Amino acid sequence: MHPVTKTVLVRLGYGLLTLFLVSVVIFSAIEFLPGDFTQAILGQLATPETIAAFRKELGLDQSAVSRYINWISGVLRGDFGSSFSGRGQLTSGTSGVGRSREVADLIAPRLWNTLFLAGLTAIIAVPLSLFLGITSALYRNSIYDRAVSVTSLTTISFPEFFVAYVLILIFGSLWPVLPTLANVDASTPMAERLLRSALPAMTLTLVIIAHMMRMTRAAIINLLASPYIQMAILSGASKSEVIIKHALPNAWAPIATVIAFNLAYLVVGVVVVEVVFVYPGIGQLMVDSVTSRNIPVVQACALIFAVTYIVLNLIADIIGIITNPRLLHPK
Amino acid sequence: MKKEDYLKNQEIKYKLGVIDRRQFISSAIATGLAVPAALGLAGQLNAATPKKGGVLRHASGYGSTDDSLDPGTSANSLSQNVIYTRGNHLTEVSNEGELVGELAESFEASNSGKTWVFNLRKGVEFHNGKSLTADDVIASMEYHGGENATSSAKGNLSSVASMKKDGNHRVIFELKEGNADFPYLSSDYHIMIQASKDGKIDPLDPANGTGPYMVESYEPGVKFVGKRNPNYFKEDRAHFDGVQLIAVIDAAARQSAIMSGDADFADAIPAKTVNLLARAPNLEILETTGTQHYIFPMRLDTEPFDNYHMRKALKYAVKRQELVDKILLGHGVIGNDIPVSPAMPFFHTDLPQYNYDPDKAAMHYKKSGYTGPVPLSVADAGFSGGVSAGELMVESAKQAGINIQLVREPNDGYWSNVWNVKGWCNSYWGGRPTQDVMYQAAYTKETTWNETAWRDTEAAIKFNELVVMARSETDNDKRKSLYWSAQELLHDDGGSLIPLWANYIHAHSKTLAHGPVAGNWTNDGNKVSERWWFS
Repeated sequence: MHPVTKTVLVRLGYGLLTLFLVSVVIFSAIEFLPGDFTQAILGQLATPETIAAFRKELGLDQSAVSRYINWISGVLRGDFGSSFSGRGQLTSGTSGVGRSREVADLIAPRLWNTLFLAGLTAIIAVPLSLFLGITSALYRNSIYDRAVSVTSLTTISFPEFFVAYVLILIFGSLWPVLPTLANVDASTPMAERLLRSALPAMTLTLVIIAHMMRMTRAAIINLLASPYIQMAILSGASKSEVIIKHALPNAWAPIATVIAFNLAYLVVGVVVVEVVFVYPGIGQLMVDSVTSRNIPVVQACALIFAVTYIVLNLIADIIGIITNPRLLHPK
Repeated sequence: MKKEDYLKNQEIKYKLGVIDRRQFISSAIATGLAVPAALGLAGQLNAATPKKGGVLRHASGYGSTDDSLDPGTSANSLSQNVIYTRGNHLTEVSNEGELVGELAESFEASNSGKTWVFNLRKGVEFHNGKSLTADDVIASMEYHGGENATSSAKGNLSSVASMKKDGNHRVIFELKEGNADFPYLSSDYHIMIQASKDGKIDPLDPANGTGPYMVESYEPGVKFVGKRNPNYFKEDRAHFDGVQLIAVIDAAARQSAIMSGDADFADAIPAKTVNLLARAPNLEILETTGTQHYIFPMRLDTEPFDNYHMRKALKYAVKRQELVDKILLGHGVIGNDIPVSPAMPFFHTDLPQYNYDPDKAAMHYKKSGYTGPVPLSVADAGFSGGVSAGELMVESAKQAGINIQLVREPNDGYWSNVWNVKGWCNSYWGGRPTQDVMYQAAYTKETTWNETAWRDTEAAIKFNELVVMARSETDNDKRKSLYWSAQELLHDDGGSLIPLWANYIHAHSKTLAHGPVAGNWTNDGNKVSERWWFS
């Protein structure tokens, strides 16, 4: 077997193992909740019979192992169970079965919104930070390099909600050209969706660009000291040729890791930006569900987040492996 | 014709467009009005004449992904707004605070409040084209009040013994016991009248309402979009072409939306920032004093609050105006330990106001014979600013020699672990239209939400009797004297310490106009979309 295929397969195996462990942790979170869980959900309406009916419906009378198997096999079939929502409204004697929405129906439109925003931001931020990183390395220690560094470090140093409010102040109030409410829905036409997502995407771009830009710059500068680059310079190659043709291919691995990390952040970590711009993404759904103790939704969101991290890191690893000349040309 | 009558007549003609502005002003001058006054009068009338058109974008501080179209599950202001936007009820509380018929043209009681006859409006159509009949009313009532009902309004209809129709446009309710407030109970926002099929309603069907706007799309916790119902039966209502109710939970986001013009109306404006918001030239601030009050319930089943003098001492030991100034920043009024607002029927106007009086507090405290610390559990979950209010109360009580011991409770699980459990905590109530409904929610002996456990004292027993008597009393003078006595008992002996009535604060664009504003709920009775218009 080609060593690249083998390494990729091993990585995939590790990914699946991590995913399994994460699913166990997520599932057992329900066990760690303090106090009586059913009572917390039913609140005022927690009469003995509603609690009994509720526990039975959730299968809390079964052992943890069989509940885990039921849940994970449902998830593998795409069935995340049904949400606990609306159960606080019951009258005594019922457990609200059949009144709640399917978790998958709740999550699907939100996940699409989140992926859209993440994708939009990535399309702007990744090429931009690569460009800035490479040019900074090219003209390092110049005024340009310093200006880019200072600006990007400034934007990353502020909390993201502050960056968001400053952008709202500039583009929403002082010079009102962009909408400050990004409340898109399934029926929003693409042009309007892009317009409404402009400010959140700008905020996220400003927040993530520094990390990727600095890593690109550092990785390239690191390589510039190595003997093969000096060889290239001595052979008369131009500065930009040295960087793009000789340094960059070897710098891909750390850059890809940082990009993957930031893309994962765009999917799982942007709840603050979503709240500020009222963007109906999955982060808001998860926070809502935590406050209302809507455990099936929290579990599903956590699992999606875990998958996102694992898959993106896997891709970064694979990119790192296949761009490594030593692995591409085995002896 | 008298001068005033003539002017009134001309006003009507001007509003209807029979005469133009110039003619109206000259006729006003002819009655002796000065020219600027006549111009002003024309301007006022112009602003008060609703215009059609535009799309209202309402940024709401409420709403949750747990909401649904089922009116029986509504639990917050946004989902209530959705109900009022897409549907109607038998009766409604008007923007002037009176109970009027909505889908019922008229209603009357007989048999001392035991039999209620509702005559339905004719020619009302649901959005799906079906005409409103008595069957729809009965099916809707059955959905909310039937034996297996899961609606939050089930309690409102628990007194209904039977319903029957008399022809297609009359419904007769037989109650188990007389209740003069039954039409108020039927105005509850959950009990929306929906189109029935074979005696059943589908509560989730978006097209089975009669309301001012038809559902175009609804994503719970995100956005409701409606377009005007062209066949709406109220001719002077529903002026917008469409409405959007948008959940904007973050207060700062709500304010930036209304300031930048991304929304036309925003509710739940924090008192801290309202003065800054008022400086925006395109905005107007609207405050209403409604039925929302903040309360420190003392439980009589817990020491030392079972002691009458202890309760009295604490009622005198609170600087109420200071709480209004520092907790609500002036956006509210002081309370008098009864859950009845001046806007509610049979409000007791002659009760002495509890004011801060350290001498009286010390006197009652001494009489109570209690000496240890008095624990008070607080959290901001009870009401926003609850912890600070508790700290102020500790200070003011100290001057009367009373040692309140403040216990900070976590917000999470507050309503199940602290409220209605601990001896003294903080909580809030809002939106009950009548005394009977308010008492049945939190004051009568049967209700589990009786947060003061005020059940067994002599006064409490008398209070419960009075409430039952007042409920079936149809003579208004007698009802008034019963309710006044009930309020006196509650004021003197009850466990509620109600220092604050909090205003509802809204901001709206200056292009929006409105008539008198209701105080029973936030957002003009949650009917902005039906009652307001773009000027």
